[in-house]
Amino acid sequence: MNLPIEFQLRRRTLLIGTAASAAALRFAQTAQAQTPVSKPAGAEKSAVTMTVNGETKTLELDHRTTLLDALREHLKLTGTKKGCDHGQCGACTVSVNGTRVNSCLSLAVMHEGDEVTTIEGLGTPDNLDPMQQAFVDHDGFQCGYCTPGQICSAKAVIDEIRAGVPSHVTSDLTSPIEMSGPEIRERMSGNICRCGAYSNIVEAITEVAGEQV
Amino acid sequence: MKSFSYERASNAGQAAARAAEVPGAMFVAGGTNLLDLMKLEIETPRHLIDVNGLGLDKVEETEEGGLRLGALVSNTDLAADDRVRRDYPVLTRALVAGASGQLRNKATTAGNLLQRTRCPYFYDTAMPCNKRSPGEGCGALSEGAFSRQLGIIGTSDSCIATHPSDMAVALRVLDAVVETVTPSGATRRIPLEEFHQLPGDTPEKETALMDGELITSVVLPAPVGGKQAYYKARDRASYAFALVSVALIRQPDGSGRVALGGVAPKPWRRPEADAELPNGARAVMARLLDGARPTEENTFKITLAERTLASMLAEE
Ligand SMILES: Cc1cc2nc3c(=O)[nH]c(=O)nc-3n(C[C@H](O)[C@H](O)[C@H](O)COP(=O)(O)OP(=O)(O)OC[C@H]3O[C@@H](n4cnc5c(N)ncnc54)[C@H](O)[C@@H]3O)c2cc1C
Ligand code: SF4
Ligand code: FES
Ligand code: FES
Repeated sequence: MNLPIEFQLRRRTLLIGTAASAAALRFAQTAQAQTPVSKPAGAEKSAVTMTVNGETKTLELDHRTTLLDALREHLKLTGTKKGCDHGQCGACTVSVNGTRVNSCLSLAVMHEGDEVTTIEGLGTPDNLDPMQQAFVDHDGFQCGYCTPGQICSAKAVIDEIRAGVPSHVTSDLTSPIEMSGPEIRERMSGNICRCGAYSNIVEAITEVAGEQV
Repeated sequence: MKSFSYERASNAGQAAARAAEVPGAMFVAGGTNLLDLMKLEIETPRHLIDVNGLGLDKVEETEEGGLRLGALVSNTDLAADDRVRRDYPVLTRALVAGASGQLRNKATTAGNLLQRTRCPYFYDTAMPCNKRSPGEGCGALSEGAFSRQLGIIGTSDSCIATHPSDMAVALRVLDAVVETVTPSGATRRIPLEEFHQLPGDTPEKETALMDGELITSVVLPAPVGGKQAYYKARDRASYAFALVSVALIRQPDGSGRVALGGVAPKPWRRPEADAELPNGARAVMARLLDGARPTEENTFKITLAERTLASMLAEE
C-alpha cells in the first residue's frame, strides 16, 4: 500500500483559498457550476392545518418554518425544546401520527393533516402521564432541558419494542424483542442529556414498561 | 436559510419534469439531511418538491423473487419488514446501525442513498471545499487538517470525503439496483455499483443521476442466503457515523461478499476481494484496499478494516 498522501500541493490550494480570495473565487465558481437562482419560483408562504394535542390549528407560515418553530414560536407550545436544531440532540422530539420524530428537521408545511403530540399533550401538572410521573419518581432529570424530548422518545420506545421494530442490539431478528435495559439504552441514544441523568432515565422507562406489560 | 417555494408532487414523472424545469428545484423526502444543510446554506434550493405523496412507500415482491423497496419507505419500516429481516438481514443490521430511532422514522430509502458527506470541512462554510464550491480547494487536505474520519481509497487530490450511509453498504453487498424516472418520463435502472461516483476532479458530482431525475425504488435481487452481518466500528457504541463498517455475506463453503463503509466516496467492494474470502481477512483486505491513499491521521482505518473483518469471520 502507498504511503500517506503528502501535503505540499494541498497547502498551496489552501493558501489560494483563504480570506478575500476565497470569497471571490467561490462566487465565480458557483456561478459557473450552476445557474445562480436568485428567487423562489412561487409563493414563499403557505397555510397548513394540523392537529396539535387534539386541537385543529391552521397557520400561515413561511416555508422555512420548522415543525419545532411552528410549535414553539407560533403555537407558543414551548415545552418542546430546541437544543442543536440539527437532529443531533433529540430535545425537539415529538410524536407525529404516532411515531417520534425530530421536529427541528421537519418543515411545518410538510405536516398538512398530521396529528402532532407534544409534551403538553401527554399530561398536565395535576394529571401526569405515567412516564412523566416515573421521571419525577426516579429523578430522571436535573436541569430538565432534555426532558420533554426524553419523555416523548421514551413512550415511543416502549411502543416500538412492542411492535417488534428491531434495534442495533436486537440479537435475533426473527423472534419477539425483549424489553431490556440494553434495548432501552440503544433506542434512547438519539436523546442526549447534558446533565447525565441517563441511568435514572432508564430506570423510569423500565418501570413504566414493566407496569404496562 | 434561503427562502423557497413549495409544492406537493402527486405523480412521479411530473415531479421529475418539474424538478428539471423549475430553477433551483430539489426534492424533499424525510428532510433530515436536506434541512440540516439548508440551515447552513450549504444547500440553497429555491423550490422544494415534496415527494411524500407519491405512494412510493411500499415494499413489494418482484417477479424475480426479490424485493422492490419504495423510495419513500422509512428506514424504520424497511428495517422492520419481515421479508427484509428474514432474507436480507444485512440490510436490517445496517439500517439499525445508522442515526437514531427518531431520525430513522423520517429517513427514506432514496434520501439515505443521497445523503451528503459528513466531512467537517464540507460543513464548515468558512473553510474551502471543492465539493461545496468547485475549484476552491479542499479543507481536509490542508496542513494540520482533521482527516481522521475521511476516506482512504477511491479519493482524489480534489476530495477525500466518504459517503456516510450505512444502508448503502448493505445494498452494495446485495447487488441492489436503483430505479428512477427521468424528466422526460423514461425509466432507468442503475446498479448500485454505478450509482455513486468517485470524486476525480469533480467532487460536486456525486451520483449517476441527471438533473431532475427521481428515484422511485431500489430493487433487491432474489435472496442469496448465507450468513449475513454488518459491523460498524465507531467512536461510541450508538448514534455515530462509521469509522469503518463491514457488510459481509458468507456461504457455507466459505465463499461470499464483502463491502466496506466509512473508507471511500461510495460503498467499497471489489469482486477480486470477494474471491479471497476463503483465505481470510488479510487476503481480502490486501485486494480490497490495494491502492489506498490514507492520510497520516486515518491510516489506522486499514488495520481497523482488516481486524473488523477478521473478528467477524472468527465469530462464525
Ligand atoms: C444526527 C444525525 C446522525 C446520522 N447518523 C447516520 C448514520 O450513522 N448512518 C447513516 O447512514 N446515516 C446517518 N444519518 C443520515 C440520515 O440517514 C439521512 O439524513 C437520511 O437517510 C436522509 O433521508 P431523508 O429522507 O431525510 O432525505 P432528505 O433530507 O429529504 O433528502 C436528502 C437528499 O435526497 C434527495 N432526494 C430525496 N428523495 C429523493 C428521490 N426520491 N429521488 C431523488 N432525490 C431524492 C433530496 O433532494 C436531498 O438532496 C444521520 C443524520 C443525522 C441528522
Ligand atoms: S474532502 Fe471533499 S468534502 Fe471534505 S473539504 Fe475536501 S473537497 Fe470538501
Ligand atoms: S433540536 Fe432537534 S435534535 Fe436537537
Ligand atoms: S436534565 Fe439537563 S440536559 Fe438532561
